[in-house]
Amino acid sequence: MTHRIAAGFLPLLDSALLVTAQARGFAAAEGVDLLLLPETSWATLRDRLAVGQMQVAHMLGPLPIAGNLGLWPLPARTVVPMALGLGGNAVTVSNALWTLMAREGATPDLAPAPNGRALRAVVARRARDGWARLRFGVVHPHSGHNYELRYWLAACGLDPSRDVEIAVLPPSFMPEALVAGTLDGFCAGEPWNTAAVLRGAGRIATVKAAIWRNSPEKVLAAEATWADRNPEALDALLRALHRASLWCAEPANQAELAALLAERIGCPPDWLRPALAGEILAGPGLTTRVPDFFVPQASAATFPWKSHALWFYSQMVRWGQVVPGPEAAAAARESYRPDLWRRALRPLGVAQPAANAKVEGALDRPTPVGSTGPSLVLGPDGFFDGQRFDPDSLDAYIATQAGSSTAHEA
Amino acid sequence: MADPSLSILVIDENRARAAIIEAGLREAGHSHVTLVHSLTGLARRVEEAAPDVIVIDLENPGRDMLEHMFQLSRAVRRPVAMFVDRSDSDAIARAVEAGVSAYVVDGLRQERVKPILDMAVSRFNAYARLTRELEAARDELEGRKVVDRAKRFLMKQKRITEDEAYALLRRTAMNRNRRIVEIAQSLLTAADLLGDDL
Repeated sequence: MTHRIAAGFLPLLDSALLVTAQARGFAAAEGVDLLLLPETSWATLRDRLAVGQMQVAHMLGPLPIAGNLGLWPLPARTVVPMALGLGGNAVTVSNALWTLMAREGATPDLAPAPNGRALRAVVARRARDGWARLRFGVVHPHSGHNYELRYWLAACGLDPSRDVEIAVLPPSFMPEALVAGTLDGFCAGEPWNTAAVLRGAGRIATVKAAIWRNSPEKVLAAEATWADRNPEALDALLRALHRASLWCAEPANQAELAALLAERIGCPPDWLRPALAGEILAGPGLTTRVPDFFVPQASAATFPWKSHALWFYSQMVRWGQVVPGPEAAAAARESYRPDLWRRALRPLGVAQPAANAKVEGALDRPTPVGSTGPSLVLGPDGFFDGQRFDPDSLDAYIATQAGSSTAHEA
Repeated sequence: MADPSLSILVIDENRARAAIIEAGLREAGHSHVTLVHSLTGLARRVEEAAPDVIVIDLENPGRDMLEHMFQLSRAVRRPVAMFVDRSDSDAIARAVEAGVSAYVVDGLRQERVKPILDMAVSRFNAYARLTRELEAARDELEGRKVVDRAKRFLMKQKRITEDEAYALLRRTAMNRNRRIVEIAQSLLTAADLLGDDL
């Protein structure tokens, strides 16, 4: 029996699993007739998912949580049965800002702490001289991009809500915005950081993989009623995506994957290679090796950890997007569904994490963890400032974090 | 009932469609209508127009930016929310199906906005229908050209008349339960593959 599934996506590096599942026949092999619908905004992806024009969508990890917390303008219930990889983002700054940061000690090695210190010094100097605040772009208020940019700035002693301005812009517009001077920096996924560097529009200051290694980014969101009523179709799709993740992780397939994605994004394959090879072009001729820049498969990269959902929730609270409470925390936790991941992949004999949540930031080296089936090694998952997030101490974590100076600002 | 006091902003990169919406709004008696085609300087345009209602196409890449602006409610005088008639979930589905979305300032009564969204939905649908019809007409013309070429090919190959060539195509199509244009196309493709001069 064939399962017909319409999947919405934004053409980006981390749509790789969906694109590959369709283009390389993994979906068809699982009996899924996968219709990929490209969109140009998360808002439209959200709306089409909510009204049932698509059953699943490639989504920013925090977005389904926001929906289940009632932050979407239209009623919908969404579940996350799978993540679509780890990492993949970077922070790029304009050439002018980079020059100022370099004077304050920033280096092209992408290290968040020294480069953040340099940025803080630039911000302080500008404030003293009465200049306008620097403006950074992110792709959406409920995005990993917004939260990791704010996390980095805050950990470096800046107040992201007061010391800089954070605007929302589609990622494909960001390189031009640096050139036009309407943005001084941005946090976006690939290929838009590499595009900015290759066009001479800016320099990569740091990467998501250095701010929080092996951290969550895009997920597969499924309309909850459809997921409830069509377990076989959902399981088949998850198996196809798992097979796609194995294919994407194979270095021999990098060139073909770059070509597949480039065709959908409408860019040269060269723009995808740095992210896929983990060799980031920080500036002209300056390549830095970032092994876990984008992780499609290793470290249980597709497992929807409840601790990832709860970390996103902690940042929504931190930046005044949601009023905290036990019900809200429970809704965030229930948005991610490792049980669905397990149900679909168990027949394949895939290594399954023994737990549904973990202490984030506890691993400083590749570490074997408890699993059923084959053994499982998780990569290092440290935050650059050495902090840990224990999902069992959610309220304590929220309490220790410096928050927004103006509530409900983001 | 049109409410001429409302200021309406239409954001659509497709100028033809935006013009059709604008005409519809003016016919309905709305005189404060502003069109925006590009994302550049969108925040300023929204500020200047101070709209009560914003109509935007769903393919517009500026929607996330726009929604964030409304959340900050700095660029607009009053909070703005997506227009969702929660008592009528079909209305949302119809709007999304048509490819249009609307935002309204806080405090506007639903019945003042509903006619605007309904008009936008029907005009978006009319525009899509028109586009489809144009494409169909183009396909039809293309189809006729394909059949003509296939006829000429058969006339030359089999030394038959035009009527006989057409009869042959039609008979083959009927026998295989296919359309004449499909048979003509496969004939031309095959001839092309075999290197026959067309």
